[in-house]
This record gives sequence, structure tokens and C-alpha cells, in this order.
Amino acid sequence: MSTLHTVNKSPFERSAFISALNHLGPGDALLMIEDGVVGARKASAFAGLLEKTAKNFSVYVLGPDLAARGMAEKDVIQGARLVDYGGFVDLVTEHDRTQAWL
Amino acid sequence: MKLGILVNEGPYTHQASDSAYHFTKAALEKGHEIFRVFFYNDGVNNGTRLTVPPQDDRNLQKAWSELADKHKLDLVVCIAAAQRRGILDQDEAKRHGKNVDNIAPGFRISGLGQLVETAMIAERLVVFGD
Amino acid sequence: MADVKPPEIASNIKKKLMYVNRKAPYGTIYALESLEVVLISAAFEQDVSLAFLDDGVYQLMKGQNTSGIGMKNFSPTFKALGDYEIKKLYVEKESLDERGLKPDDLMEISYEDEDEGFAKKPSVRIVNRSELTQIMAQQDVLLNF
Repeated sequence: MSTLHTVNKSPFERSAFISALNHLGPGDALLMIEDGVVGARKASAFAGLLEKTAKNFSVYVLGPDLAARGMAEKDVIQGARLVDYGGFVDLVTEHDRTQAWL
Repeated sequence: MKLGILVNEGPYTHQASDSAYHFTKAALEKGHEIFRVFFYNDGVNNGTRLTVPPQDDRNLQKAWSELADKHKLDLVVCIAAAQRRGILDQDEAKRHGKNVDNIAPGFRISGLGQLVETAMIAERLVVFGD
Repeated sequence: MADVKPPEIASNIKKKLMYVNRKAPYGTIYALESLEVVLISAAFEQDVSLAFLDDGVYQLMKGQNTSGIGMKNFSPTFKALGDYEIKKLYVEKESLDERGLKPDDLMEISYEDEDEGFAKKPSVRIVNRSELTQIMAQQDVLLNF
């Protein structure tokens, strides 16, 4: 029984990212979408925290949102995987429920 | 799999409606069933046919209508949220003495029970908002 | 408040639905419109609970007075939830602590326990973060507002 957590807000703007990390349970995954992708940027203020999270949980970033903000796979923290909208759909069906940290 | 979608934010100000649209489209392409897309809060603003975005911008309302037509999608706008924000179908316009309705093709106005029903029947609910 | 309509489907589906509230009231409409769905869902006889965390804990504050901002104070509606058989309001302790709030700052919300001679029982349950995480993981559906 696992949960897919989506975060669509920049951690520089809102607490959604930190709240999501604080509520991850065994087997859960984190997907960063929309402005949430800025939290996955390597060497950012949140990179260390997310890298640590990625050791215990699956961390995904929505590629189209990353590209729209001028970034690519090389720009995100180690351990984060890129997905497209189809991959987003797969993550939803692979987990028992979805929690949107709005 | 049977999926339900909840859209809590209107188009253009927030990306939520775009994300919901792309997700819905991708789910359909993968052969999943979309039980219903429910529009709540400012999300009801996806359901007006009176939007005229610039030609070089996407027309989200039209995109939803076309997707609904192609896949027989159930696009439901919450009645209470719609009344607050001026989204009316013919019956609602008549009932409230307004001289125009503005619901877009493929959308219908119904009660919040339709959202609870979506949560009950869909195997997964995905929420888009701000 | 929206009218509570009878269920539109005859069904024996009973799911655990949790409404997750993370925003303070009045600054945005999310708290009010979340509460409206909560009331409707009571008519469907689902296993409903509410979670209040982050700024969402402010939705349950005592003494809300909206007379100066021209908006309806909807906080009394939370007190009526017991009449709708909605008895589980989880409040995250860490969220209270971070905001300098105490359980006493929140409204007293109760329900009548049919099994114990309609004794009044508190609906608000203060839980810590790891407990709330576990409760969330037991839900069938999370509705985030």
C-alpha cells in the first residue's frame, strides 16, 4: 500500500515540498510537477535534502515541466528520474492512492 | 484502470488545468478509462464557451470540449462553484433570470455529489490545483 | 452551505475518504469549498475523515470573527459535523507547535456516541506527524484542498 505524492509548488515559495517530504511513508514516491520541478535542481538550497530523500524513496520529475523552465536531466539532483505525462499516469496506477500537496 | 480527475483551479492563471488536461489525454492514450473530470473552485472557469484567448495561445476550454467529444468524456462543473463564478447552462440561466448561458460544449453542470461519486467509483483520484 | 442531496447512486461501496486541509480560511476559498464537499459526502455514507495540517489548523480556531472582512464565518459548521456522522478530525500536533498554537486554541467539536447513550465525545484528535502519515496511508482516497 503506497502513495504517490505530487508537489506542484517551488520550495522557495511554499511549504508544500517540505510537507510532502515530512509525510512520506514506506514505498511512497514523490513526483515534482509544474513549479515543483525547481526543487529538484542540483546544487540548490534544497538539493541536499532531496538527495537524502531519494536514497529512501523514488523521486520523479515531470520532464515537460523541467524543459519548460530551461532545465534538462543533467540539471536535477542525482537519483531523480524524469517521466513524461504517460509516466505520470503509470505512477498514479502503480500506487494505491495519490496525494496532491497543493 | 478507471481514473477520476479533480480540477480545483481555473485556466491561464495557474498551470493546474493544463496539467490536468495533459494527464487526462495521456491516460486516455494509454487505454485507461476516465470516469469523470470534475471541475471545482475556480476550476469551473474551464467550462465557459465565452473565452477568446489570443490566436497564438492554447485554447484550454476548446481543448477540453474536443477531448470530451472524441472520448465521450464526462466533464462536470460543480453547480455551487459555478453559480458563484457565473458559469450557467440554459436551465440555470433561466432559473436565475439571466439573459445568457455560457456553458461550453461537452460540459455539464451538476452537484457536488458527482465529486463524491467519482471518489467512490474511480480506482484512483488525481487532484490538480494550486 | 450547499444543499445536501441524497445519493445519486445506489451502491454498497464504502470507501475511506480523507479531506486534507492545509490552508488557512478566508485568504482563499479552499477551506470553505472543502467543507461543502465534506457535508455532501455524509449523504453517501462513506468513512469520512478530515486532516488539518500546516496552515489548515487555522480553520479550527476558536473565536473567528469575520465581521470586519465582509465574509461569512463558516467555522460554526465544523461543530455541526457530528450531526452528519463525521467524527474524525485529525489535527497535526507539529503544525500547531510550529505556529505557536495549542489544542486549547481550537474549537471544541464533539459528536454523540450512539453506542454509549449518546455521550458527547470529542471529534478533534491531536495526532503527531508520523501518526498522521500512517492514517493517510490507510485511506482509499485523499481529497486535497
